[in-house]
Amino acid sequence: MKDDPIIAVRGLRTQFGDIVIHDNLDLDVLRGEVLGVVGGSGTGKSVLLRTIIGLNRPRAGTIEVLGEDTAAITTVTQRRCGVLFQNGALFSSLTVAENIQVPMREHLRLPRKLLNELAALKIAMVGLPPDAGPKYPAELSGGMRKRAGLARALALDPEILFLDEPTAGLDPIGAAAFDTLIGDLQKSLGLTVFMVTHDLDSLVAICDRIAVLVDKRVRLATMAEHMQDSHPWIREYFHGPRARAALGGKEPGGGH
Amino acid sequence: MAAAPGWFKSEGQGGSLVLCAGGPWTIDTVGALDPVLRSLSVDGADRAEIDAALITDLDTAGAWLLYRTRRDHAAHGVALPIIGLDSRYAPLIDLVAQADAAHAQTDRPRPNALVALVNRVGRSVCEVAAAGVNLLNFFGMTIMAMARTIIQPRRLRVTALVNQIEQTGLNAMGIVGLLLFLIGVVLAFQGAEQLRRFAAEIFTADGLAVLVLREIGVLIAAILVAGRSGSAFTAEIGMMKVNEEIDALSTIGIDPIEVLVLPRINALLITLPLLTFFADAAALAGGTIMSVATLDVSYTQFARQLADAMSLKNLLIGLVKAPVFAFLIGMVGCYEGLRVTGSAESIGRQTTKSVVESIVLVIIADALFSIVFAALGV
Repeated sequence: MKDDPIIAVRGLRTQFGDIVIHDNLDLDVLRGEVLGVVGGSGTGKSVLLRTIIGLNRPRAGTIEVLGEDTAAITTVTQRRCGVLFQNGALFSSLTVAENIQVPMREHLRLPRKLLNELAALKIAMVGLPPDAGPKYPAELSGGMRKRAGLARALALDPEILFLDEPTAGLDPIGAAAFDTLIGDLQKSLGLTVFMVTHDLDSLVAICDRIAVLVDKRVRLATMAEHMQDSHPWIREYFHGPRARAALGGKEPGGGH
Repeated sequence: MAAAPGWFKSEGQGGSLVLCAGGPWTIDTVGALDPVLRSLSVDGADRAEIDAALITDLDTAGAWLLYRTRRDHAAHGVALPIIGLDSRYAPLIDLVAQADAAHAQTDRPRPNALVALVNRVGRSVCEVAAAGVNLLNFFGMTIMAMARTIIQPRRLRVTALVNQIEQTGLNAMGIVGLLLFLIGVVLAFQGAEQLRRFAAEIFTADGLAVLVLREIGVLIAAILVAGRSGSAFTAEIGMMKVNEEIDALSTIGIDPIEVLVLPRINALLITLPLLTFFADAAALAGGTIMSVATLDVSYTQFARQLADAMSLKNLLIGLVKAPVFAFLIGMVGCYEGLRVTGSAESIGRQTTKSVVESIVLVIIADALFSIVFAALGV
């Protein structure tokens, strides 16, 4: 893996009215890594994700995704990013298979039979049963909807996958399975994953580096380095009872 | 993207066939490769293999094509190994193979078009019948809830009722007044045109009075309320249904009909007769102004003629219909709202249904009233 940043955020400032969410925020995401973004409620994790994919306009600063400024984002760039929204954001009037085919139909001209095969392939890849294809989103459970959303995000074989709280609302077994799924797909497809999450287990299981949103900036480091951080919120987060449970007794940062 | 296309060609060498694949095999290029691979035949060769050494880029779509070609030939007893593929792409082929094995593709047969049509018609008929039964059921539940509030008046949700009266009545006055005024203008103009031929223009007042009081006032007011408030009922209750608020009410032990449906229906029962009265006045005012402006009559003359033509009977015939229409609109609006399931699309569909159904029911009820009044001779 080359160490060139696939996403480069410089001096980002986002603001709603008088409320400043991010101020002079810098962030680099490297090609092929899994980056977890954590932070307290209201620190702007989802806002950061939405800003990077171009849904929010930053007040100041630049964001480059795949070497292109998001202010002038093109469909080429959009095609190379897949996004999984918090509740899947499946189009409720289309079946799961049709949902997956939407990006393919929009950007490419493929034979109908191949479209169906590719949709079935993505459905299988995310671990949904074959009969999920002709179902409507309303007929699926929350976990299945997330998987279907992931299948749509993967439809065009993106280089970067953005996930907004992929395991929120899933039972622990489902969440663990989802983590494994994302990890496996990331490895075999060589994806870069940008994941907003609250889930400490996910962070431990699949994230290479963790970006913590504190004081309107990010602190980017590995799990072990964060354990050493003296910032009160970060300390609380990585040393709280839940963190200890997620780390399962292993003592990271034991390399010194 | 203007990338170079992926390519595929076969090179025969005696009995053995080498199928060369090269270039990018990605979702951008598979569209052109797919038909070539589908029609691929290796008949007549003793041995065949796919040489994938020249593939420069591969994603799951390209991997799927390679894998599918190998699989389909294997199904016909022809081994078609893929050789020379860059080792970094090997996991992709495995991934696709795993996914396919998990699914054992079953192409479900498309049903015959005629059978599908009969199926759909049958289904719709059953749905209409079920909807009728359900509406009747809902009617019964509403009546029961009403009876309970009459026995125990403290069950009446006064705040909700007043709020609904404001929204369905007070806020509707502007649009009802404007539209009925304009309809009065049009009626007077058209009536005067016809009656002028008999030099009986003054009788425009009689026509206007009867038509507005008995039919137009209440009918237009009801249709406006159906479009304005009936649809709002469906959307509001539908949204609550999607958010599981209705279920939450039931678990807390609150009857959703009592807190959501009754205040709305009761509000309409109060406001629609009042709106009708207001609508009658607006239409008569519009008709009067138009008549005085275009006919050769004075205000006093026209007003006297109008006063003679207006009977209490005609006013009451109009007003007596209003509560019935109000009940129909409120019931259909709430009922369709409670039938919303799951998605946002469903709210839109039920709202459309609610407006169409309530207007249809209002006009049917109006026709029935006309028949009954004719039979009674009023």
